[in-house]
Amino acid sequence: MHEMALAESVLEIVRDTARSQGARAVRAVRLEIGRLAAVEVEALQFCFDVVVKGSVAEGARLEIDSAPGTAWCYRCAASVPLETLAGECPRCGGAQLELTGGTEMRVKEIEVE
Amino acid sequence: MCESCGCGSDEVRIEGGAGEHLHVHADGTMHSHAHPHEHGHEHPHEHHGDARRVAVERDLLAKNDQLAAANRAAFAAHGIFALNFVSSPGSGKTTLLVRTIEALRGRVPIAVIEGDQQTSLDAERIRAAGARAVQVNTGSGCHLDAAMVGEAARRLAPIEDGLLLIENVGNLVCPAAFDLGEAYKVLVLSLTEGEDKPLKYPDMFRRARLLLMNKIDLAPHLDFDLERCEQNARRVNPALELLRVSARSGQGFDAWLAWLEAGLARARSAPRIALERA
Repeated sequence: MHEMALAESVLEIVRDTARSQGARAVRAVRLEIGRLAAVEVEALQFCFDVVVKGSVAEGARLEIDSAPGTAWCYRCAASVPLETLAGECPRCGGAQLELTGGTEMRVKEIEVE
Repeated sequence: MCESCGCGSDEVRIEGGAGEHLHVHADGTMHSHAHPHEHGHEHPHEHHGDARRVAVERDLLAKNDQLAAANRAAFAAHGIFALNFVSSPGSGKTTLLVRTIEALRGRVPIAVIEGDQQTSLDAERIRAAGARAVQVNTGSGCHLDAAMVGEAARRLAPIEDGLLLIENVGNLVCPAAFDLGEAYKVLVLSLTEGEDKPLKYPDMFRRARLLLMNKIDLAPHLDFDLERCEQNARRVNPALELLRVSARSGQGFDAWLAWLEAGLARARSAPRIALERA
């Protein structure tokens, strides 16, 4: 999607937190990126490394947790696992799905000193 | 990395309305030059060098969602029915807006926010049709966001009880995740795009309220299966409303204008909640 814009958002959140913690440097940033978030992790890593140069997070390690995709299937009236955004219900093959999990993009925690 | 989605937020320019050219950043701040400031001198503290983990739990899109909520509140306070027009490039969004403006001119106050990577060509067409318009140029950006829309709306002379039509950058992928504060997303699909589009871009079709199948006047020249398209759209989003129109010939416009007027009536009659002044 827009890994550069997302990397900039990550940096903004990280700098905000570092500032409020009085931190000198950020050593690691842990993200949760859902499997249905349409984010290419390698691209995000690349953009992150570029965007943090000259900031308090320069050289920080990026750790990414991946959350599984889930959806509510209206036909089955049940929560089902979902592998891809374009996927269909694994039980009934229907496409009337409301995504309930796996679209998260968040900064979970940072490691500072 | 997708080269066309570099989204350098420092390249956004807004033209038209009050004020000169400004650059708008993703966090809503604006600068008049290209490079964002790094106000990066954090106060040094005495530390003994031990690393510690700090919980953050902040969503990457939270800022945009907050700004979108602020836009939504501002629109509600002024009885504005705001729509976010999304589609592939070339579906006929601008022509549709021009015809809509010509049909409603004098009866309904209309303002338009145009989004494109470059040029003010679309904003000029809108102004020629008789509506106020502000053009947002995103540079390499592939979608409008709430900060850009908030700033553009401020540039427009205030409208009351009217329509705010936001024409997003032509792109069926990226704008989906970026709430602008609109009442609804209207998805414009040209018949020339093929009837399998809803299956290929389910995310956008799920988020839309209304699908306008445009260029219906070309139907006799195409192998487009109208029923199949509607079936596919409903398969992905059973609540999606569907209308067949031609921005060129005016076919289907009565139903489209009626839909707009119904939405406008709801926006005008909704209770006005006074905005809190910070």
